[in-house]
Amino acid sequence: MSTLEIKDLHVSVKTEDGPKEILKGVTLTIADGETHAIMGPNGSGKSTLAYSIAGHPKYTVTGGTVTLDGDDVLAMSVDERARAGLFLAMQYPVEVPGVSVSNFLRTAKTAIDGEAPKLRHWVKDVNKALQDLNLDPTFGQRSVNEGFSGGEKKRHEIAQLELLNPKIAVLDETDSGLDIDALKIVSEGVNRFRAQEGKGVLLITHYTRILRYITPDQVHVFVDGKIADQGGPELADQLEAEGYDKYLTKTTV
Amino acid sequence: MTVTDTARESVESMLETKRTESHLNPPPSYDLADHPAPTGREEIWRFTPLKRLRGILDGEASEAKLTWETSLPEGVTLTEISAAEAAEIGELAPNDRPSALAVANAGGALLLDVPADLELDEPVWLRLHGDSVDDLVWGHLVIRIGRFSKATVVLEHTGSARYSATTSVLVGDGANANVLTLQDWDDDAVHLGRDAILVGRDASVRHTAISFGGDLVRMHANVEYAGPGGQAELLGLYFADEGQHIEHRIFADHNEPRTKSNVIYKGALQGQGAHTVWIGNVLIRKVAEGIETYEENRNLVLTEGCHADSVPNLEIETGEIEGAGHASATARFDDEQLFYLQARGISEAESRRLVVHGFFNDLIRKVGVPELEEKLMATVEEELSKNVLRPAEDAS
Repeated sequence: MSTLEIKDLHVSVKTEDGPKEILKGVTLTIADGETHAIMGPNGSGKSTLAYSIAGHPKYTVTGGTVTLDGDDVLAMSVDERARAGLFLAMQYPVEVPGVSVSNFLRTAKTAIDGEAPKLRHWVKDVNKALQDLNLDPTFGQRSVNEGFSGGEKKRHEIAQLELLNPKIAVLDETDSGLDIDALKIVSEGVNRFRAQEGKGVLLITHYTRILRYITPDQVHVFVDGKIADQGGPELADQLEAEGYDKYLTKTTV
Repeated sequence: MTVTDTARESVESMLETKRTESHLNPPPSYDLADHPAPTGREEIWRFTPLKRLRGILDGEASEAKLTWETSLPEGVTLTEISAAEAAEIGELAPNDRPSALAVANAGGALLLDVPADLELDEPVWLRLHGDSVDDLVWGHLVIRIGRFSKATVVLEHTGSARYSATTSVLVGDGANANVLTLQDWDDDAVHLGRDAILVGRDASVRHTAISFGGDLVRMHANVEYAGPGGQAELLGLYFADEGQHIEHRIFADHNEPRTKSNVIYKGALQGQGAHTVWIGNVLIRKVAEGIETYEENRNLVLTEGCHADSVPNLEIETGEIEGAGHASATARFDDEQLFYLQARGISEAESRRLVVHGFFNDLIRKVGVPELEEKLMATVEEELSKNVLRPAEDAS
């Protein structure tokens, strides 16, 4: 079982004019095995939520709690959070020149499991994960994210998701910049992950397109650092038809 | 915090200048009078702490030698010659005081000869060892790579000495030379080295300077061309610890048309007073039409209290070229890289280690001396264990 519980989360970033509050009280529970989609216009704080859960140093939590199966996530360092079972697929994966994908994956797997993976199985697993995401077998020799196309970066993120197999996956706009074929491949990867028992997914997206392939249990509409509305998958269809206008008007009036 | 400073020179802005001689590089000469003792304010000396040269600049002839242990593949010879013979062979004359002193005081030179058409499948290995920093040692070496031959030469420096050496690498037409100089000295050594390379017509040469040890190391890597079509790749890797001064000065003199130079130097610094200097001088003379040059220096600052100077200089006397560019960047650890790795469960210390490994890995793979690759990675690892691998108390 795994439950991610976010309660009244307030997060701010440092700006030249002092701290600016981005998240203004977010409450959200991803219960055992659930997939939640967070949708919202640009600048509504969706990515801030993702990075805050992962522990990016740029964001300061000023209030609220985040727990994973009851453990205080906010008290953990970034790597401890990952080892506790949280995974963030990033919108803009970072280049690490000179570090090969295979070295990176093995190092990460060793860190997460607390022991080095058995070599024979591991090589097989890596090859399968890369193949499933339609990544070339020579991909492992390339430097992490260096010279990758946008699609390769995202597929590489999902290959990591499958290999590291966390409890909860936070996907930050994994669909952005993908063509329809890549979107399907990535979605299949996410679906393989969540087909396992008890895996939670927090899927952050600007568009409804990915929700055709990954059906969420719940949809939350994010506006101005807060959840403005929530519902079942039908809410996504409604957003597709009507856009975010009605929520935006509410906040600006 | 990340400090990044990338500069790319615009070619056009420099076209109006009409220079006949490089103002950055004094003309070569054997005459010591042409290389007066520096005050420290000269362009070529302003980064070097002269006191720490411990008398080399006024040094007298000396009997002290480094111990040479050599491994010479069949056909390769190492013989003693006189300084006059070295000049006759066509070595490149000294271009600063220490190299002029080395010629004047060494009492003769060594000639390493790789005959024409010989293709070596193992490196020429020259292991030079010094016993004590009390010894003042002068070195004078000529490496002759015959036309159409192929050779790798490794010079390894260990132990300690006050050592000033001039080395010429004469690469024959169509030859392929790979020369590596490794400064793996003890903490108190002082090494002033001038490597000058003459690239024959259509020849290609790679020169790699790797500096880990020594109190003060100042190395020149100069390249000029004996004919059109030559290419030079100048690589460098250095790691400066607490109190160390490591200086690399590059001069690519495009004096022939359709020649190429490609320079990549990468360094890391850690500990109070670690100082590195990289000067990348490129001169494109009027005759040098159709040339291509690129130079790059990257420094990774691992702790507080270090200082990296990085100065690319480009002098251009013709605009009829294929390309000229440079980049220089000095930065601390990239927080985003560390976050990315840590978000995959990798500890902070291990993430830092990976990033530094990656930083050097690219370059080490380019060096092209497989026998050394492992040793170099191990040395990087050892250097890292002094700071980066320790739990970061001053996590920045």
